[in-house]
Amino acid sequence: MKELIKALVEAYGPSGSEEQVRAVVTQHIEGRVSDLRTDALGNLIATVRGTGGGKRIMLAAHMDEIGLIASFVDEKGFVRFNPVGGLRVETLVGGRVRFANGLRGVIGAEQKGVNGMPTMEQLFIDVGARSKATCPVQVGDMACMDRDFVDLGERLVAKAMDDRIACAVLVQTLLDLGPTPHDISFVFTVQEEVGLRGAQTSAYGVDAELGVAVDVTMTGDTPEARTMAVALGDGPAIKVKDSGMLAHQGVRRWLVDTAKQAGLPYQLEVLPGGTTDGRAMQTTRAGIPVGVISVPCRYVHTPSEMVDYGDVQNCVKLLVAALSGPIVL
Amino acid sequence: MQIAEFLKKITEASGVSGAESMEVAGMIRDTFAGLADEVRIDALHNVIALKRGEGDPSAVRPRIMLAGHMDEIGLIVSKVDAGFLRFLTVGGFDVRTLLGQEVVVHGRRPLKGVIGCRPPHVLPAAERNKVVPLDDLFIDVGLDAASLAEVVEVGDLVTTRRTQIRLGGDNVVDKGLDDRAAVAAIAECLEVLGRRRHLWDVYGVATVQEEVGLRGAITSAFGIAPQIAVAIDVGFGKQAGVSEDEALEMGGGPAIAVGPNFHPKVHGRLVDTAKAMEIPYQIEAVPGASGTDAWAIQVTQEGIPTGLLSIPLRSMHTTVETVDVRDVERTGRLLAEFIAGLDEAFAQEIAVQVRRLNGRGG
Amino acid sequence: MVLLKELVEADGVSGHEDAVRGLLIKAIEGRVDEYRVDALGNLIAVKYARGERGRAPQKVMVAAHMDEVGLMVTRVDRDGYCHFRPVGGIDPRVILAKAVRIGDEKVPGVIAVKPIHLMSQADRERVLEFDQLTIDLGLGGDEAGRKVKPGMVAAFATDFEVLDEGGLRTVKGKAFDDRAGCAVLVELLQGEYPFDLYGAFTVQEEVGLRGAQVAGYAVNPDVAFVLEGTVCDDSPKRKDISPTTRLGAGPAITVMDHSVICDRRLVRLLVEAAEAEGIAYQFKQPGIGGTDAGAIHVQREGIPSAVLAVPSRYIHSPVSVLSLNDFDNAVRLMRGALARIPEGVFSQRLQGGLEA
Repeated sequence: MKELIKALVEAYGPSGSEEQVRAVVTQHIEGRVSDLRTDALGNLIATVRGTGGGKRIMLAAHMDEIGLIASFVDEKGFVRFNPVGGLRVETLVGGRVRFANGLRGVIGAEQKGVNGMPTMEQLFIDVGARSKATCPVQVGDMACMDRDFVDLGERLVAKAMDDRIACAVLVQTLLDLGPTPHDISFVFTVQEEVGLRGAQTSAYGVDAELGVAVDVTMTGDTPEARTMAVALGDGPAIKVKDSGMLAHQGVRRWLVDTAKQAGLPYQLEVLPGGTTDGRAMQTTRAGIPVGVISVPCRYVHTPSEMVDYGDVQNCVKLLVAALSGPIVL
Repeated sequence: MQIAEFLKKITEASGVSGAESMEVAGMIRDTFAGLADEVRIDALHNVIALKRGEGDPSAVRPRIMLAGHMDEIGLIVSKVDAGFLRFLTVGGFDVRTLLGQEVVVHGRRPLKGVIGCRPPHVLPAAERNKVVPLDDLFIDVGLDAASLAEVVEVGDLVTTRRTQIRLGGDNVVDKGLDDRAAVAAIAECLEVLGRRRHLWDVYGVATVQEEVGLRGAITSAFGIAPQIAVAIDVGFGKQAGVSEDEALEMGGGPAIAVGPNFHPKVHGRLVDTAKAMEIPYQIEAVPGASGTDAWAIQVTQEGIPTGLLSIPLRSMHTTVETVDVRDVERTGRLLAEFIAGLDEAFAQEIAVQVRRLNGRGG
Repeated sequence: MVLLKELVEADGVSGHEDAVRGLLIKAIEGRVDEYRVDALGNLIAVKYARGERGRAPQKVMVAAHMDEVGLMVTRVDRDGYCHFRPVGGIDPRVILAKAVRIGDEKVPGVIAVKPIHLMSQADRERVLEFDQLTIDLGLGGDEAGRKVKPGMVAAFATDFEVLDEGGLRTVKGKAFDDRAGCAVLVELLQGEYPFDLYGAFTVQEEVGLRGAQVAGYAVNPDVAFVLEGTVCDDSPKRKDISPTTRLGAGPAITVMDHSVICDRRLVRLLVEAAEAEGIAYQFKQPGIGGTDAGAIHVQREGIPSAVLAVPSRYIHSPVSVLSLNDFDNAVRLMRGALARIPEGVFSQRLQGGLEA
């Protein structure tokens, strides 16, 4: 599964420009699904037909990552930018970025008038251009952070673990899933980081009876971390609440019971800040029960997000187990 | 209906956003069942009562939806920390009001507890002048670490404890009057309608998860697709510190809201009804989002003409929320009289008319 | 220009768009096949497809919002002063000592300010918030209370005037955001198209893209264009930073703002149309502001959307400035884009793919 993860996290795909990620996912699942389509906003929807008697289920993981959008090229060829999604300024200075065509750049900061941390307006991208005229970047071009995938053995590090690791979980779940009574739509969504937009529209179209989103969650196990009972390596986190959503109690119970019966480790998650596609899925049409399985992740929204490989594999096992039999909420 | 007693019953029941099924939803369902033709519970646990207008039950009639939210703000256990519980808020709690507050932790069994704070004797002066941040607060249920871990886990919900207090005049104090006072008004409305004739179908909805994003209103309105809707919530009653511009008179009757969130014809008809029936009322000017279920309902599907009634309330989002019981009764009565006056003509008036200018069709 | 003048001189603060809607109905009655006013007050007009139709024509929606920012009266005090709160995003610093008019009767008033003579240096450097300001009607408490009620709205009392007859052809007025967009849309409804064109004049954009949300849901078009009057911040600055858009540099195409990432195929379409017809255009600085497209593109199963705007200096203030050259070019560019919408790409939305 590590090769799949590497291909996914290293792909370029800031919100609104997910096509390269879509290509990687398609490559891995083509031929294994009864229906594969891309909708108007770019969501990739893969459907697996069940044997019958089950529910219509939607699973979601988002393909997009946070990034930068060129807002202005100055006379000397330096590129000013705005954030795409929740980019954090403290992760940027000295960072490297990559544009859609592979062009690379460095993030520099103004010096005058900076007290401590610069603001995003005081940063700029340097692609090595000498002037505006010769700068290959245009207003509107988007970049993602540029970092390789690193395998530390038990732990994996990369940019965009949020949420490519969940895309990997969904792909692997699809590949490992045996017969199931349920009709399952595996939805690889777009534009989660800028407002759960792909989840909103794909959920409306799929019109499922039950939804499970897969995303990353933060942990409370690093020095002076905000209080949180989730720790890396302690198993998939089953969401109770985050800042945008309260998981359906029945769905939560179903996932917890599945974990217990399958002998899988799990944790309960209350996330103080941040939300997922689950929030958008829950209020689609007349509302559906929605839960979330989270991959514990350190350093979320930095270029070096870290997950535990065991947690990732257990997320797959949990989903496969949960989807293999009948569901009573 | 004995409003003060009904309020006591439903506010002392637990039902934090997302877990309304704990106690309050069942209680409200049972109440509505006695006042309506049908009650059902939808996917997000909204409790939806249908009281049909007169005529053949299978006939199609215009629909009005009433919405009042039954969820209360609460707390959720974020970590079991030795013998104490760390927590986060569910909905907008003023953290300052939690110090020294008694609570109930809903673990395997309900546990009584208190939100403790370190005594002034051991605090440096500088700290005493600052608000205690949420991260430094904890719940003490008086158990040792081992016993605690057996009963409570991360994600368990916590409600505040408050037994109803009757103040002077017609004022009652409860937690969760935001917005169970509105649910009481809806129940009162259904009861009055039981003695009146009405043509339209009435959907009385006790919505869920309003405090965390109007979630129940979004989905229940989509499912019901009413011709018009009236949300009922609470408004800022006059008290020290609340500016005159924003304050409503306690005992002045429901406030009928005006502004972009509300359809002028629904507003106008609510005002006319109050005047005709001599029900005391006030006007509340809302320049943008009302912060209530009305905001979500108005933009459901192709749009729904929406109104809002606000019951004046003091000390919102604390455990000493205070209402004048007469205002609750008046709100219920205003709704009932409004509904009794809805006819086919108004249904036509409020419906969207298409103007065809030539023969061309689509 | 006549229509633009009429539109900006009409008052239509969010939630009270009736006067503007009335003018627009008159303007489009001869040009469209049908129209309706929906539950929120949106004016939705349809011009059905002309010409040979082998199969169901596409649906194209073009939207512009009728509402403007303003003030809402919350209370008339004993002395006849009106207390108020803003409707939509207004910077409190721009309203000091400005003239407004309230309600359908256009009751005149001014935002009163304490004389400078009576202020300390410290006072003069403090920003006055909305709750410290009042509207002076020049009436006593009783009469004021009779004429003005809580809930009534006040618009800026600004006349439309030409500033530069030649050259930039600039004009000044209030509410170019988004009466300029409405005027462009009226022009577009004049044409004939091989698809069903839905012209949606929306309400309440300024308080949360409200009208656009339900209009998008109801029409559910294959493609949507939103026309706006947008931020133009090209006054001189110390640093070499983006002016967001520049006056006179042509209509502005949005790639991304806070509310939407525009469909790249539609952005390309607009650029191709501009270049083919030799029309000046610019890209709006990404990440600034939000428009009706934010609400429309996430309706139902998703609607590919794009935004085109007429640059307007000083939006959300009593006086804005725009160039009629930019306005005319916006009309030409939209005509060119509408003429180039491909068959089949968008109407088969589920198979639509996103070839980059």
